[in-house]
Amino acid sequence: MFNILLSANAEKPPVYTILFAGNNFQRLLWGLFVTLRVSLIAVLLSLPLGILFGLFMRRKDPISRGISQLYLAFIRIMPPLVLLFLVYFGTARIAGFHLSGEASGILVFTLWGTAEMGDLVRAAIGSIPRHQKESGRSLGLSSWQIYRYIIIPQTVRRLIPLSINLITRMIKTTSLIVLIGVVEVLKTGQQIIDANRFQYPKASIVIYTVIFFLYFIVCFPISQLGKYLEKKLKV
Amino acid sequence: MEEIVQEQLLEIKDLEKSYEDDSPVLKDISLSVKKGEVVVLLGPSGCGKSTLLRTIMGLERIQGGEILLEGKNIVGKSEEARKERQNLGMVFQSYDLFPHMSILENLLLAPMKVQGRKREEAVQEARELLARVHLSDKENAYPSMLSGGQKQRVAIIRSLMMHPKLMLFDEVTAALDPEMVREVLDVVMELSEQGLTMLIVTHEMGFAKAVADRVLFLEGGKILEENTPENFFQKPDTERAQQFLQNFSYVSHRHVGR
Repeated sequence: MFNILLSANAEKPPVYTILFAGNNFQRLLWGLFVTLRVSLIAVLLSLPLGILFGLFMRRKDPISRGISQLYLAFIRIMPPLVLLFLVYFGTARIAGFHLSGEASGILVFTLWGTAEMGDLVRAAIGSIPRHQKESGRSLGLSSWQIYRYIIIPQTVRRLIPLSINLITRMIKTTSLIVLIGVVEVLKTGQQIIDANRFQYPKASIVIYTVIFFLYFIVCFPISQLGKYLEKKLKV
Repeated sequence: MEEIVQEQLLEIKDLEKSYEDDSPVLKDISLSVKKGEVVVLLGPSGCGKSTLLRTIMGLERIQGGEILLEGKNIVGKSEEARKERQNLGMVFQSYDLFPHMSILENLLLAPMKVQGRKREEAVQEARELLARVHLSDKENAYPSMLSGGQKQRVAIIRSLMMHPKLMLFDEVTAALDPEMVREVLDVVMELSEQGLTMLIVTHEMGFAKAVADRVLFLEGGKILEENTPENFFQKPDTERAQQFLQNFSYVSHRHVGR
């Protein structure tokens, strides 16, 4: 009895080897791919929808204002996790169809990203001085030309650093979809740790460190790109 | 006997303007500007002189009256009015160059996009104008690299690129450091010598006196006095104008009672 325990102890391989045991590393990369699939689809949908929502938020009539403020407040007040539960469990209960965890994740993060992006767009347009528009008009430019040549180029320059920040936030926050059963990078890591509890009792430190670096490898270039663009397009 | 009729370029009849809360800003304003004339609008702040320029430019809605440029309506959103307004140029108090474009691009945007002019031809004119305001070396600079006075000179020639029949100047030196006021006003003086019709709002009294063919004094949204610059600055007709002008003269009290 003692022998078995002792020998098991003696045979334990160094803890970092867990990373390449079996197909663990490929599994982690696949998990990262799932994370990115959810977050990047949501990002790609949020950016154009957010621009439209931002323009909608600039409307002055009370109905449009009411709708846009209600929407923004709803998304901001609700923790993203509650939104995920609401969509994932709620659609089955109320609408009577089952939405997969990944689809729920994409839906929720698109709703979230659209609201946040919309608010950024609204603020960016609002921060352009009134005189820019007026000097455009006094030069005889049409409203469309004023938007095309004066307002939009300046808005885009202001938006780039802000939207880059939003994109990395979205990538990081998608880790919440673990809780509606999506096996992404974090969940895959937990599975590896659990499956190797006896052979590698200290696996968690290695796996979580690797996951940290995986997130870093994805988010760091994006934020560097943002910094680069910000410098290059500086007004 | 032949009657000499000087052509009226701008005619304003019974202009009424009030803000949304119904407080009137301009009341029953009528004035006309002849071709080649320089009219200076003076008055205490809040008297409506800037608003008057903005209404002429079509930046403010009006509640009544007419504004005609060479007899054609320039009020409202109609395509005709917008086309006619292209004959107006305006320079504002704040530096309003487009910050994301180089100086040359600032000058070329409207001539190319609004008038559909050829780039080479517009570039040539832009360079001539830049030379005239001594900024030839700045054509590839961005507005943020220029001083306030330099920006205003570019703003003026950016308007001139459109060959306006009437230029509106809305306190173009009010935001400038004192030592830069001169370089901008010299450009405006030069334009008046060349016969450009101008309507100028300013707080620079010395400049007003030198540049004006006619002075209009506004208060409370009304034209209180119309006069030649000589008379206006020597002995204005109205008491209000007298009080106004006193704000600009200083009396030394240091040696009183010595």
